[in-house]
Amino acid sequence: MINVEEVEGRAQHSPERPFLSVENLAVQFKTEDGIVQAVDGVSFTLERGKTLAIVGESGSGKSVTAQAIMGLVKGMGGIVSGEIWLDGQELNRLSPSEVQALRGDEMAMIFQDPMSSLHPFYRIGDQIVEAIVAHRKVGRGAARREALEMLKHVGIPAAERRIDAYPHQLSGGMRQRVMIAMALINSPQLLIADEPTTALDVTVQAQILELIRRLQGEFGTTVIIITHDLGVVADVADDVAVMYAARIVEMAPTSEIYNKAEMPYTLGLLASIPRRDRGQQERLDPIPGNPPSPIHLPPGCVFQPRCKYWEQVPESQGDPRTVRPELVETSPRHYVRCLLPQDVRRRISHEVLQSLRGSAE
Amino acid sequence: MAGYVVRRVLGMVLLLFLLTLTVFFLFNMMPADPARLTCGKACSPAVIEANRHHLELDIPPIEQYQRFVSGIFFGRTFSKDTPRPIECEAPCLGYSFLRNTEVLTLIARAAPVTFWLAIGGFLTWMVVGLTLGIVSALKRGRWIDRTIMGIALIGYSLPSFFIGLVLIFFVILDWNLLPFPQWTTPDKDLGRFVQTMLLPWITIATLYAAFYMRLTRNQVLEIFGEDYIRTARAKGLPERIVVVKHALRAGLTPIVTAAGLDLAGLLGGAIITENIFSLPGLGSLAIGSVLASDLPLITGITLLTAALIIFANLIVDLLYAVIDPRVRVG
Amino acid sequence: MSTSNGQILDVTDLRTYFPIKSRGLIPRTIGQVKAVDGIDLTLAPAETLGLVGESGSGKTTAARSILRLVQPTSGRIELDGQDITHLSSGAMVKVRRKAQMIFQDPYNALNPRHTVGGIISAPFKVQKVVPPGGVRAAVMELMERVGLNPEHYNRYPNEFSGGQRQRIGIARAIALRPKLIVCDEPVSALDVSIQAQILNLLKDLQREFGIAYLFVAHDLAVVRQVSHRVAVMYLGHIVETASQETIYSAPLHPYTHSLLSAIPIPDPAQQKKRNRILLQGDLPSPINPPSGCVFRPRCFQAQEKCAAEVPPLIEVEPGHKVACHFPIAKPPESVVVSMAEEEAEVVAGARDAGVVDSGVMPH
Repeated sequence: MINVEEVEGRAQHSPERPFLSVENLAVQFKTEDGIVQAVDGVSFTLERGKTLAIVGESGSGKSVTAQAIMGLVKGMGGIVSGEIWLDGQELNRLSPSEVQALRGDEMAMIFQDPMSSLHPFYRIGDQIVEAIVAHRKVGRGAARREALEMLKHVGIPAAERRIDAYPHQLSGGMRQRVMIAMALINSPQLLIADEPTTALDVTVQAQILELIRRLQGEFGTTVIIITHDLGVVADVADDVAVMYAARIVEMAPTSEIYNKAEMPYTLGLLASIPRRDRGQQERLDPIPGNPPSPIHLPPGCVFQPRCKYWEQVPESQGDPRTVRPELVETSPRHYVRCLLPQDVRRRISHEVLQSLRGSAE
Repeated sequence: MAGYVVRRVLGMVLLLFLLTLTVFFLFNMMPADPARLTCGKACSPAVIEANRHHLELDIPPIEQYQRFVSGIFFGRTFSKDTPRPIECEAPCLGYSFLRNTEVLTLIARAAPVTFWLAIGGFLTWMVVGLTLGIVSALKRGRWIDRTIMGIALIGYSLPSFFIGLVLIFFVILDWNLLPFPQWTTPDKDLGRFVQTMLLPWITIATLYAAFYMRLTRNQVLEIFGEDYIRTARAKGLPERIVVVKHALRAGLTPIVTAAGLDLAGLLGGAIITENIFSLPGLGSLAIGSVLASDLPLITGITLLTAALIIFANLIVDLLYAVIDPRVRVG
Repeated sequence: MSTSNGQILDVTDLRTYFPIKSRGLIPRTIGQVKAVDGIDLTLAPAETLGLVGESGSGKTTAARSILRLVQPTSGRIELDGQDITHLSSGAMVKVRRKAQMIFQDPYNALNPRHTVGGIISAPFKVQKVVPPGGVRAAVMELMERVGLNPEHYNRYPNEFSGGQRQRIGIARAIALRPKLIVCDEPVSALDVSIQAQILNLLKDLQREFGIAYLFVAHDLAVVRQVSHRVAVMYLGHIVETASQETIYSAPLHPYTHSLLSAIPIPDPAQQKKRNRILLQGDLPSPINPPSGCVFRPRCFQAQEKCAAEVPPLIEVEPGHKVACHFPIAKPPESVVVSMAEEEAEVVAGARDAGVVDSGVMPH
């Protein structure tokens, strides 16, 4: 276990910036159909030891944002601009080999599908050992002992035997534990979990979330959890950033998102979720239409084509079909990207959340 | 793993048995009458009848087949009740009355030529195809990728007889860089051997190399899209290890399959290349036997080729089990 | 035609076993995967029965067996008064007019080489039905009804988003006004905002055409949204079935309790208040199911009797059946770990409390 004081000590050389600060991050991919704007001007900060959830639907750019932080996007042919400050170091400016040295060491990542994310040809122990020796001068024997310790630590039963198992011999939940063990083996300061429970059964999901939470407490790791599931978020996150069509459209402390969300998209998401803590609604209130193509993003507000309220935007604010709203702080630490005036947003928010709460009785 | 091997070997034996059965009866149902073919110009029904008896064609097909199979294991004697019986020792694949030689002897004479041709061509195309394929995948979309794929397309579209003839015309006849090919074994005259085989190797390798460039490129690109490659990168492994240890090992399995089967097929004879370069290999032998309706020889060569492919299949599957633990450990 | 009891679907003691073959020259059957091991289901017209379970519970096999996409090993399936358990595949074609299926993956369930119009009109052609006004007009009406633009008649599936493809699948399924639609995880591949659209559409169609749904899903929140009754499956068995209200507010089976407690609630305040049972391990292998009660190795209620006797599915109150020797209305305090305290120790705490049985992990 990492000493808490030691963790805090590391931050001292960069007092002016938070532990993680992403500034105006943009990612483009050139495809045959045109340029895909996968991430468009994403900025956020994250304090050490905290958890940020990035919520969004498929194609919202949440995973690409995470992979850009990990420096994995350039290898996939993506063009990355903007700044990524991790513990006082700007990552986007580093050479590929410098970022590679940080990956798996300072920052680590786990993925959605633990079956396909582990190499099918190698024993799980060897795959973890590989992560150790890539970053530290450790003998194979010592590395293997360390891997075994970590496997026990993440709750793999009979780890002495399982360390020599191949991925296909383990259940989905076990494999995700192996992925977590592998990610944490070099005590990274930042852990990015990309839909870590989506591919798992609901009872196993709960186990994995508990595990991540426990390990975060022990290691003092800063966590970014990427998910489409606002339910998962409520469980683990300190802050939530909602992404839609390559942009962050709302960002706030977790309880604020659930109780005072102002962006119509966030409200639409909350109204879309069937919930067991509420009475059975006759009908859900979904967001109409489909997300825009990342090749042809709307020029103004990206959500305008699906927004029920855009006609309430006063002329003085500009036409949401052509004017692009900025992410502005509506109350302390609560950011919204919307052209609706604050009082209108809050009125809509109140109505929507009230009706959701009403059906909870 | 041992059980797996045993099962596969038993399966192979069964398959070989079915194979002999099929091949034997298929060829015996062909309209060509070997008795007439061995009869010569001054032929009378009586002679044909006698020949039919010598060739043991006057007994029921089932019995013919039994003798054929028992010949493979115990040897047999042809023309028993004539003054000059022909002893054919086990393994006896039959006797070519047209050539007055045992089928096995004919095959044994031709096999080394084909063997060296196939092996040399195989090594050439594997080295060229895999290397260029991998380079092409790693430099995807760049000019070097486009160039390599262009080369592959050209190689793909040129028939081997054309390549062979062009090579002969320029390299041998026009520029006099190499002497005209004349078969010799590598132990007798290595220099001559290489000089003879160089152009056939290139001819054979061109088509296959083009195919393997594309196959390898597609494989590697596909594997690069796999989640576990992303995991390997996320672990911070150097790109070299990601490519060699993680991507190639997984990507090469289908290539191993294709390569094993292609090599086996080639070992059965490369008809066009052997003909162009006048190499007395199995391909030339096969063509000769078909043109002459030499049934025993056709049967023998077909069996050998098919057996090679079955065997290669087995080797490929075993290699698969070695490479991929999902096959090995259930 | 209607059955004596008025049910559209009546399934009795359905079992679907898959043989496990030995590897070898002549494969022998060396065991059986009891994917569905004796379940009873009924479904009334215009009713939705939610069939929930985790992967490996047998819910999908059950659904497919009911439509005879998988041949059941034994049992009886009665559809609209007709015993279809042993019908020939030719006779089943007629039955499929009454019973249709919607699949999970809208990407794979549609033939990419056929136009949308072709896909939706296929049922008319297969059943040799000519609707009044012609097939094309009927298809365009269907497209409009499920929220597709009828002008897209000649487009191909790859030109549509996931939600739209699921609408195509639904249009195809309702083309002949079936009485029953088996929905196999119809929304689990879709984004949340699209999920809600599809769930609403299914509800509207039910109201309009009186279709009964067998709604198979792993997501209890989704199942709750659409179901009138719910059956919970575990390892080939139905362990509890009741009305939707009862299952979610007053369940009795320990597994139902655990499943419900595992669903994340999208509200931090609620989330912190509620109780939580953390099940350890995974589903055991259906090849070698545990003796007695199948849930026993992961159960906090398990006692000796559970290993010895299979608990029968007993009706404890009208419409509410439970297969458990020790049903429980409120899970005991010792295994319920409040989220508010000692978050980091939840796993360890549960283990100390004896919930954990590492022996259930597949070896």
